[in-house]
Amino acid sequence: MSKILTIYPDKCTNCRSCELACSFHKIGKFNPRESAVNVLFYEEAAISVPIMCMQCEEPACKKVCPVGAISRNENGAVVSDPKKCIGCKMCVSACPMGNITISTVTKRILKCDLCGGDPSCAKICPSGAIKYEDATISNVNKKKVLADKFKDLFAEVNE
Amino acid sequence: MYGWMGKIIRVDLTNETIKTEPLNMEDAKLYMGGRGLGTKYYINEVDPKVDPLSPENKMFFMTGPLTGTFAACAGRYEVVAKAPLTGTIGACSSGGHFGPELKFAGYDGIIFEGKAKKPVYLYINDDHIELRDASHLWGKEVPATTDELVKETDEDAKIACIGPAGEKLVLFAVIMNDKNRAAGRSGLGAVMGSKNLKAIAVRGTKSIEVAKEQEFLDACMRARKTLKDNGVTGAGLPTYGTQILVNILNQSGAHPTRNWQEAYYDKADDISGESLTKNYLVRNRGCFDCSIGCGRVTKIERSQFTNFGEGPEYEAGWSFGSDCGINDLQAVCESNFLCNEIGMDPITMGSTLACAMELYEKGYATKKDIGMDFPFGSTDAIVKLTKMTGYREGFGDKLALGSYRMAESFGHPELSMSVKKQEMPAYDGRAMQGIGLEYATSNRGGCHVRGYMTSPEILGIPTKMDPAVTEGKAATLKIFQDLTAVVDSVGICLFTTFAIGLPEISEMFRTCTGLDYTDEEVLKLGERVWNLEKIFNLKNGFSKKDDTLPPRLLNDPIPAGPAKGQVNKLDVMLPEYYSARGWDKEGVPTAEKRKELSLN
Repeated sequence: MSKILTIYPDKCTNCRSCELACSFHKIGKFNPRESAVNVLFYEEAAISVPIMCMQCEEPACKKVCPVGAISRNENGAVVSDPKKCIGCKMCVSACPMGNITISTVTKRILKCDLCGGDPSCAKICPSGAIKYEDATISNVNKKKVLADKFKDLFAEVNE
Repeated sequence: MYGWMGKIIRVDLTNETIKTEPLNMEDAKLYMGGRGLGTKYYINEVDPKVDPLSPENKMFFMTGPLTGTFAACAGRYEVVAKAPLTGTIGACSSGGHFGPELKFAGYDGIIFEGKAKKPVYLYINDDHIELRDASHLWGKEVPATTDELVKETDEDAKIACIGPAGEKLVLFAVIMNDKNRAAGRSGLGAVMGSKNLKAIAVRGTKSIEVAKEQEFLDACMRARKTLKDNGVTGAGLPTYGTQILVNILNQSGAHPTRNWQEAYYDKADDISGESLTKNYLVRNRGCFDCSIGCGRVTKIERSQFTNFGEGPEYEAGWSFGSDCGINDLQAVCESNFLCNEIGMDPITMGSTLACAMELYEKGYATKKDIGMDFPFGSTDAIVKLTKMTGYREGFGDKLALGSYRMAESFGHPELSMSVKKQEMPAYDGRAMQGIGLEYATSNRGGCHVRGYMTSPEILGIPTKMDPAVTEGKAATLKIFQDLTAVVDSVGICLFTTFAIGLPEISEMFRTCTGLDYTDEEVLKLGERVWNLEKIFNLKNGFSKKDDTLPPRLLNDPIPAGPAKGQVNKLDVMLPEYYSARGWDKEGVPTAEKRKELSLN
């Protein structure tokens, strides 16, 4: 199975390096507005959540695109062909997670394309809040946290 | 235009006019941005003799060419104005997200002139700039002001504002941005208050361009990797925050205690970074573009007024803790939260409380003066008096003047642990000769971030120097001061210098701006900034006699601990320092030096 971008909000420090890295990769300039990853910040809970395209198995954007500009590439990324895209923005409305926007620079859709298999956001993230890994690794890690709790619980009971 | 946005905003508060003008690129090439360029603009436009709290004082909010880019920890901006606490040039750096957002709106800086007739705030949304009424915000603390402004401007707006302390002209009031980050020392918040300027809200959607994309990316990635691999920036600071220094400095016998009567605190571990992490840390928080993440989101269980916020940093933890003889970390945290919320500098606040404690114990200030018993270790009282200072109630009205003026009013200014009326922070200048020299020569009074001699003297960065000796300190300090001026002017965080130095910073600056400076030439830019600040202070009447330390540091040996018996040997180091700087015996830059730096 191909790799996916996984997020660990408990590790995110809200530094937004990912947004800078993404915009620089996409347009060669620094502009968080031109980033396909966005960090949402919850002050009271002290939690920040990086959000980007989940590369859906059944992409609504692909289904709605009237000119067939959206397809899946060899890295598993759902990408738009700028030559075919007419800038109608139907995909922006169709995405159930709000992960497609319009670039004010290119005037075309702005979404995560996994940077050709080496995502800049994951590469730059200083705290390990965004990773590019096999989906199963993320699952195993989460299971391990839960399993650790059981282990501690039973260790206590047995004492 | 690369790095810089090429445009600044000029706001005349008296006449309520706003215009934009091109950035002075000739000066930008010589002074970079932030602290350097802000100071250059200031000196071009303002008489050094101006009263800091008068409409004639101007304020400059300046970013640097690296601010908002990918460079290491590039979230910084500076506020420059003549400082009310010290009367020196005041230049304060702050992180968070405000500075980068100002650049994304298309501006390198904002100049404020005059004084508004009623409370106002400035709202910037890309090309739209307007002054708005802030009467409904006047009197509100920093968190409420920030929330309200985000609501009435733009949900992605970044806010810099003052709290009640700035409005009430507390002489060490700060400017807070993003709620918990401060342009923190020497009272620039009071300058903002004196102008009836409550806040700035900024939202931007523009791009920052760099000259050499690939080279810049490579330079930044190398610098970030070095930060990640370094023990201080990659492990110590992320894990424990700056409070990690409590035990390190205490074990070196360089941790001032009970208003600097001692330099070792036997209960220091109770207020250490380790204790903070174990008991009250909610999560780490980074400033914009930060790969270190030293910020601490903390929550305490017992409080009088407030229980949630950020910090404390090492210096705030020390000032309310060891310096006041207090080992109750929750009281320390709460006092620090209050400073953030009301908008005050916790270093000066805690040190002023410590000074009042000594005045009380020596019988110079009475229970009647203070309104309560106030010996060292008065845990609940420091929280109360911090709040009262912000609102200038009771004895707080006197504490609001800082320790020097407060102690002077009781006839004992010598008990103020300050240089040029600004309190020295948490590193003992007797145990560490170099940091003592740094305090004495800093252009904005007692301060640790004008050439962080703790790096070589305690942490061994870049190489270990014996803190007890004077040899080599003057020459090293000069380089540290000049490099710090570069760091503060290009728009990155001083903490990067634990891991990277002049070559890495110069490379990011060059590839960002396209300016073809050598490393030596970049350091020379920093030296120019330092000399410019010095010349400002000289024009304002400061002289060699002000480049000194409190008598306690020069005369009273440390009574116990690892640095027992030491005093600061400033008389040995100061002439060496002036000489290393190319200044005459009175500490005045020579004609030759001025010519070399193209300074008049």
